[in-house]
Amino acid sequence: MKTKKARLITNAVTYGVLIALFIILTVMINNKSITRTLKGQLIPICSWIVMAVSLNLVVGISGELSLGHAGFMSIGAFSGIVISGWLLNGFGMEDTTLRLLLAIIAGGLIAGIFGALIGIPVLRLRGDYLAIVTLAFGEIIKNVMNCVYTSVEGTTLHFGFLNSALPGTLLLNGPMGAVKVKAISTFTAGFILVMVTLVIVLNLVNSRSGRAIMAARDNRIAAEAMGINITKYKMMAFVTAAALAGMAGALYGLSMATLVPTKFSFNESINVLVFVVLGGIGNIPGSIVAATALTILPETLRFLQNYRMLAYAILLILVMLLSNNPMVKNLWRRLIPGRKDNGEEALKA
Amino acid sequence: MVFLSNLVNGVSLGSIYAIIALGYTMVYGIAKMLNFAHGDVIMVGAYIIFCAAHYWQLPFPAALLIAMLVSTALGITIEKLAYKPLRQATSLAVLITAIGMSYLLQNTALLIWGANPKVFPDMLNIGSISLFGGQLLIKGETLITILVNIVIMVALTLFISRSRMGKAMRCVSEDKGAAELMGINVNTTISVTFAIGSALAAVAGLLLCSSYPMLQPTTGSMPGIKAFTAAVFGGIGSIPGAMLGGVLLGVIEILGKAYISTELGDAIVFAVLIIVLLVRPTGLLGKPVREKV
Amino acid sequence: MNGNRRQQTPMVPYPSGAIVPERDLGSIPVLECSHLGIDFGGLKAVDDFNVIMGKTEIAGLIGPNGAGKTTVFNLLTRVYQPTRGTMMLEGRDMGSMTTVDANKAGIARTFQNIRLFDNMTVEENVRIGLHNQIRYGMFSGILRMPNYWKAEKKQHEEALELLNIFDMASMSDMRAGSLPYGAQRRLEIVRALATHPKLLLLDEPAAGMNPHETEELMDNITRIRDQFQIAILLIEHDMNLVMGICEDICVLNFGRIIAKGTPDEIQRNPAVIEAYLGKQKEAQA
Repeated sequence: MKTKKARLITNAVTYGVLIALFIILTVMINNKSITRTLKGQLIPICSWIVMAVSLNLVVGISGELSLGHAGFMSIGAFSGIVISGWLLNGFGMEDTTLRLLLAIIAGGLIAGIFGALIGIPVLRLRGDYLAIVTLAFGEIIKNVMNCVYTSVEGTTLHFGFLNSALPGTLLLNGPMGAVKVKAISTFTAGFILVMVTLVIVLNLVNSRSGRAIMAARDNRIAAEAMGINITKYKMMAFVTAAALAGMAGALYGLSMATLVPTKFSFNESINVLVFVVLGGIGNIPGSIVAATALTILPETLRFLQNYRMLAYAILLILVMLLSNNPMVKNLWRRLIPGRKDNGEEALKA
Repeated sequence: MVFLSNLVNGVSLGSIYAIIALGYTMVYGIAKMLNFAHGDVIMVGAYIIFCAAHYWQLPFPAALLIAMLVSTALGITIEKLAYKPLRQATSLAVLITAIGMSYLLQNTALLIWGANPKVFPDMLNIGSISLFGGQLLIKGETLITILVNIVIMVALTLFISRSRMGKAMRCVSEDKGAAELMGINVNTTISVTFAIGSALAAVAGLLLCSSYPMLQPTTGSMPGIKAFTAAVFGGIGSIPGAMLGGVLLGVIEILGKAYISTELGDAIVFAVLIIVLLVRPTGLLGKPVREKV
Repeated sequence: MNGNRRQQTPMVPYPSGAIVPERDLGSIPVLECSHLGIDFGGLKAVDDFNVIMGKTEIAGLIGPNGAGKTTVFNLLTRVYQPTRGTMMLEGRDMGSMTTVDANKAGIARTFQNIRLFDNMTVEENVRIGLHNQIRYGMFSGILRMPNYWKAEKKQHEEALELLNIFDMASMSDMRAGSLPYGAQRRLEIVRALATHPKLLLLDEPAAGMNPHETEELMDNITRIRDQFQIAILLIEHDMNLVMGICEDICVLNFGRIIAKGTPDEIQRNPAVIEAYLGKQKEAQA
């Protein structure tokens, strides 16, 4: 772990760079000097940053491998879409900013509640067994979302399970997902969400609760002997991450015109995990960089056409092989003295 | 009668899961890693059989043999190139590499064979058996699958418990360092494990595509995840556990789809897994571990 | 072995036959175990363990390897739930407390194989010990409320104060895992002290220390007792340390107590000499 001073500097730089980037991009959008593809990716990038940072809270800070993070994103996305549709159709709320805000908060809350419900059984398990159960929950969420129908009639929401015959305007249509969504997410909202996530995660890590979470990760038995309630702190990290993923989901869902439940599959959970691992376990700024780079990369590789995903796979393997090569590691250490990833060794032990 | 027929189909599907799960569980037992690319080795094996039968017009045993050889070579190569350099790395790094390998295999297959599903030839080509005056119809593939599963289980159990290599495998899975000090070649042992797992994957590919004859680059991923689930269900690292877990999972899936809900089939499978792990946190046949203080 | 005794208070019999320091006669004993035992499978790892410790007593738990000493610590800290018997901490029955409850109730420990939070700094390790002593909620931490700053300052100050017991305040920003072995052992003691215990359990505190460091450790242990007015129970193989600072010694063999008493009594006890000390004396002679 870095010293206090180094940590303060890293955090300040992270916030500073993000704010600077936001200002530059906003100016570019106003000048219309930004490419269409990049502009279209800004909101997804914000969502994936929030996903990666929140997953890093679970995997890096709390030390539990979760393979179902996309499930919480799914819950948040569809909750957000339903809430937004309900507010618009039922209450005639035309103010998109307020609607987006409420939808994101609702998405976070509902995903957080599911996080708590899922966390209770999941966090009793350890290691690979915990990982497989998070995977199972992710798949269950995807499967169940495929069967949910929701409609709004006046101010009433109707829910159907495996039953599409609902009165009023259909918001969720089972396997077809959400159709004709009013895309109300904005880049500014995405940026604010990223900043809120950063404040929550970085401040949490550097507080009494955060230290307890890391203590539980580093040495379970010693932490218990110091009077730390392991389950409580594992739960705190898990639920916070679920709520943040829900907010990211709402932002993401409300930026698309259509969204199918199968979008949030196991592969998406894995993608987010790749962001976390490549950015560095427990390294929050790293997650931001990796999420951004790896969201843009497949688009940048588009010129490779069919070879695009193949190139991505090879790149992924090479990066893992090189970053774990002792010789490369030594070289790295010599170039940047005093640098050390904190969580990685804890997971190894 | 319908129930019995569902049950037989469940055992058959479960047998396929079990054969795939063996690959996961053996590799986990010895290399302590989740080989996420295993499901895709099945897909490659199935494509090889498809090519051998469809393009090269080879007879069935030759096709299977070639597929097994190719899969074995593939498994060993993957281990040597991607996993062996990471033996000292964190388990997460290995997991991500395995996922990268899975993408690699899928996308290579996509480039070679295209995204359109290939109709798998009816290789086993045997009739059905009808019992109880035609009330119960069991397809030949179903029976063969169950039979093959039993043969593999018996052979593998004998191999692990009797042969020299089997003993070496058990040693390495218990304590890599100690095994090395006793003169066991750990690298060879791990390679053999990958070889067996991959050869079985080719068999699983054949059985899978005989029952569900649509072959795509993503064919292996869902059965892969399910088989992995089965391995954990039975207690990962345990060979009888993988068998039991696989068969139970298949039966639960088919019965769940038939009697509860078709749409929720997968959810039921995973829900049962969660319940089992909550009652027995290390799976059905897994050994509980106690951390020494 | 009789070279450096540091005990002054005479030992007096306690009503049940146990002995406690005379100065502790006025207060409730910090620990009272009666017929404590645990089975692993069919094996009685610890059986019929009876001990009474005075409020400021330094006691030693000795015995050959595998005698069940660490198991006793694991019972006292509730890492294992006892199969039989009762434990009272300052007269309060510990019932079915968990490890966390036992610590909150006032039992802190160190570990034979050091269990520090390696990736955290020295100060953060001590702050973990202060977790339940100086508190504020998750939201105060995230929103950086005034009580966050106040409590963080207090934690920082107390952590440095505690580290100063072993002159370790200058290391506060170092990674705990990067400390030399002896310093790691000392940090574990500081971390345990930070939980404000009534009873401190030290599992082989002098292991891996050179004679000079051990001497210093002996001074520090007695000083900790005097300063914090707590009881200390220690497992140790270094007889010099045990005989030097322990007022009451309990000898364990095959999970059972084979002798109890003052250092002088223990050294004269034929059962102990046979099971344990005798061999050492021969070796030294």
